Amino acid sequence: MTQPPYKAPLLESPLHSRTAPLCLGNEWTRWGGYASVDTYLNTEHEYFAIRNAATLFDLSPMRKYRVSGPDAARYVSRLVTRDVDGLRPGRVAYAVWCDDLGKVLDDGTIFRFGPDEFRICSQERHLCWFLDCAIGYDVNIEDVSERIAAISLQGPRSFKVVQALGLNDCRTLKPFDMTHFDFDGGPMTISRTGFTGDLGYEFWLASEKAVSLWDRLMEAGQAYGIRPIGSRALDLARIEAGFIVPLVDFMPAGEALRPSRGRSPFELGLDWLVDFGKGHFVGRRALLAEKERGRGRRVVGLDIAGNKPARDALIYAGRSKQVGAVTSAMWSPTCKRNIAIATLDRPYDTMTEGLWVEIYVDKERKWEKAMAPCRIAARPFFKPPRRSATPPLDY
Amino acid sequence: MYLLILALFECMGAKASLREGVRTFMKSYDAIVIGAGHNGLTAAAYLAGAGLKVVVLERNPHIGGASISREIYPGFTYSNCSYVSSLMRPEIMRDLELPKYGLQIIPYEGGLTMTRDGGYLASYTDHDMSRREIARHSARDAEAYDRYANEVLRQCRFIKPMLMQTPPDPTSFKPRDIKGLWDLGRAFHDLGEEAMYDTIRFWTMSCTDFLEQYFESEVVKAHLAGTSIIGTALGPSSPGSAYVLLHHYMGEVDGNIGSWGFARGGMGAIARAMAAALEARGGQVRTEAEVAQVIVRNGKATGVALASGEEVHARIVVSNMDVKRTFLKAMDSKDLSEDFLRQVRNFKIRGSSGKLNIALDGMPDFPAVPKDCPALQGDLHITDSIESLERAYDDWKNGMWSRRPYVDMMIPTLLDPTMAPDGKHYMSVFVQYVPPKLADGEWSTEKRDAFGATVINAIAEYSPNFKDLILHAEVRTPHELENEVGLTEGNIFHGELTFDQLMFNRPIPGYAQYRAPVRNMYMCGSSTHPGGGVMGAPGANAAREILRDLKMGGTGAA
Ligand SMILES: Cc1cc2nc3c(=O)[nH]c(=O)nc-3n(C[C@H](O)[C@H](O)[C@H](O)COP(=O)(O)OP(=O)(O)OC[C@H]3O[C@@H](n4cnc5c(N)ncnc54)[C@H](O)[C@@H]3O)c2cc1C
Repeated sequence: MTQPPYKAPLLESPLHSRTAPLCLGNEWTRWGGYASVDTYLNTEHEYFAIRNAATLFDLSPMRKYRVSGPDAARYVSRLVTRDVDGLRPGRVAYAVWCDDLGKVLDDGTIFRFGPDEFRICSQERHLCWFLDCAIGYDVNIEDVSERIAAISLQGPRSFKVVQALGLNDCRTLKPFDMTHFDFDGGPMTISRTGFTGDLGYEFWLASEKAVSLWDRLMEAGQAYGIRPIGSRALDLARIEAGFIVPLVDFMPAGEALRPSRGRSPFELGLDWLVDFGKGHFVGRRALLAEKERGRGRRVVGLDIAGNKPARDALIYAGRSKQVGAVTSAMWSPTCKRNIAIATLDRPYDTMTEGLWVEIYVDKERKWEKAMAPCRIAARPFFKPPRRSATPPLDY
Repeated sequence: MYLLILALFECMGAKASLREGVRTFMKSYDAIVIGAGHNGLTAAAYLAGAGLKVVVLERNPHIGGASISREIYPGFTYSNCSYVSSLMRPEIMRDLELPKYGLQIIPYEGGLTMTRDGGYLASYTDHDMSRREIARHSARDAEAYDRYANEVLRQCRFIKPMLMQTPPDPTSFKPRDIKGLWDLGRAFHDLGEEAMYDTIRFWTMSCTDFLEQYFESEVVKAHLAGTSIIGTALGPSSPGSAYVLLHHYMGEVDGNIGSWGFARGGMGAIARAMAAALEARGGQVRTEAEVAQVIVRNGKATGVALASGEEVHARIVVSNMDVKRTFLKAMDSKDLSEDFLRQVRNFKIRGSSGKLNIALDGMPDFPAVPKDCPALQGDLHITDSIESLERAYDDWKNGMWSRRPYVDMMIPTLLDPTMAPDGKHYMSVFVQYVPPKLADGEWSTEKRDAFGATVINAIAEYSPNFKDLILHAEVRTPHELENEVGLTEGNIFHGELTFDQLMFNRPIPGYAQYRAPVRNMYMCGSSTHPGGGVMGAPGANAAREILRDLKMGGTGAA
């Protein structure tokens, strides 16, 4: 029997029966209307499993939209800022889509299944926007989020787990490639994608089969130190990988109440995702104008002195002029660097020295302010060869 | 030495009381506020706080105006008029230290609409919960809800800063008006290109048109449209009704924008706390002191004559009455210009609402809704389509109460333990539409009771044991609201909230800055910007303007 929403405000992922008993610390968070594990028990250990062994993350709450029909390619090309004509079937691409003002509504991944079939995956809900943009296109847009479950297998030993499952064909998968298998009599897609900046694969299949896949992965992974991870450990890995997250590192334009909070792809440092040569796309005119004018600010990586994470810190040019703020920060255990993702006003986004971060430090409930010098650093902060080596390195 | 000090004290005391005596005898004050509605009390408390000697003169034996709660059936406290709080400005609660005088606002959970087919649609404060609930009716509407909520919040953000500001006069060249217009223009511009267009549309379009942009499900639209017609002589499809929806969204409970709550002890708790704040600042409230006329000498207000014949004098007179009562009833037309009077007469103040307050022997059953549904704590409705809202409005246009009325029904005692004996409940039923005059003549006791029966029967269709539980019911039509509460035509907002009567046009173009055309006289009721509702903003804004004229600005007024 389905519970009324007031008794069950949050949806349960198809993997809930597996993740819940393992979530020993009972730390959950909300994600797109789903209950999602924040930490199973120990964030640090979960994080190190990502960098040392193999991990499973329940990706099912991700929104997934199937785009199909004769105009599917034209439609997707119009929707997102990057070129998709060059995206071959069997490939995946990271993309952003903007409103008419050229402000980013969200980022996500586009899977091309065939000439006329795509899947767009994102964190936020976009059905209304996708339907609005479909006017005049012979295209069918379906929200398949509930029907398709996803599990992310990440870590240097993830390919060993894949092999143990007998999916040897994945050996030739390059980053952003995908391939299809039969699993328990149904289709399963495996893409070499992930949010950790490490070697890893994402498995996509019908929700009913998700539990069975999870069990098989856990079993196959025993020998390789597999463990499930929550979103907190994943977040640490993604900062090291230099990825930005909507609602954390920027406000999606559709949700910002203050219009000035919208950010263009240029401002997010995603210039490489904008292709003016491909014909018209939503936000093109505004982005062209911005390119002329120059962006007002930019998302950058920071390398900060000391070892105190600069969470939510303000950034100064010299000691007093506020020129930006940190949106994500951590002490990176893998890089042994104090790193952050921040937004800096122009022209300070190109300053080579003289930037300071104001950090509040909790010394056993006694707060102190520290001014730490910082400099702009290239992202990803962590970029191991195993991330892209094909076939995967033995690790 | 000790004795000397004592004697000194006594002497000072005697002097003080002598001064008091002289004052009381002359009945002279710095300021008279006519009406102890919550806005009158707010204005008075700010003025007293700035050091003025203030008296509030109230016609009724009780204070609060439409922000009142009374025990008229033993053991039960009714919020006889207004029943929920959201618009009440937090800065006023803070300035006047209302919590110190007992004010507490308790937020409640959402609300629901029961449908004719035996189902229901609820709204909850939890966003995910609400989305799942809407998805039971339409998956697409559940997706659209985020967009809708965002758009409404954007508009609220634009309006909110204006609530506590005197509307700038667009025809004036005074620096502060020019600055006010400039600020307004800048805030408008800051909305961004798209939202600028949307704002203009929002302020003028109909609620139906607005909702149609987002939703397909009838019950979703009906549920959301309710607030666009409350207290409004418009149908959901009349242009201008979208703004009224916004008016009900721009409040907050402790920073939760759009939330509504119960004042513990009923809405009278707000007025009581204000009166206590006023008294603590040295002000005074006199009940059963009906003002018959404002006394004007040489174009200046100098005091008031009470219905009893007594005169009370003051340097300034502030009216909390609605604009029609103030200028058409309580003033000599010779003291006002023809042109001004004409505009006052043309001010739209049509009544459209009624109210039932019901003492219940227990919690009524609503078979459509599971007993443990938390939305029962909130506002309950029985109109499941825009079409039926519109039909209800047709009856009003034809000069009769809606045969299938829209009700905004609540059971505050599910959260507030103070208003009814344990196990029993108080139900507040706000009703739309009820005309101030009926097609077949004036209201009478029989017609009032027939109206009450219509409402009770309508609710009983959704609650089989409802009628059996009724211990007592107070039925109020616009007729009672006019005669007992003093609301012209029974209009709950002291004048309709349509674009032609908002901002610098409220109440009368050229008189939006709380000053009456007669010198030393001011307006502080809901007829002034930003309008009706238990908000306090008109009262606080008026006080600020008064203190400005007295060159006492910056003395504690908001
Ligand atoms: C049935 C009903 C339900 C409502 N529901 C809500 C709600 O749930 N939430 C909400 O925020 N708002 C609600 N409102 C609106 C809100 O209550 C009013 O807009 C607001 O209370 C008006 O306050 P006010 O101080 O401007 O005027 P009033 O409260 O009208 O005060 C005017 C005062 O002046 C007095 N007076 C009149 N003539 C004279 C005279 N000649 N001499 C001396 N005194 C005089 C009156 O007795 C009265 O006390 C409702 C209103 C009604 C009628």
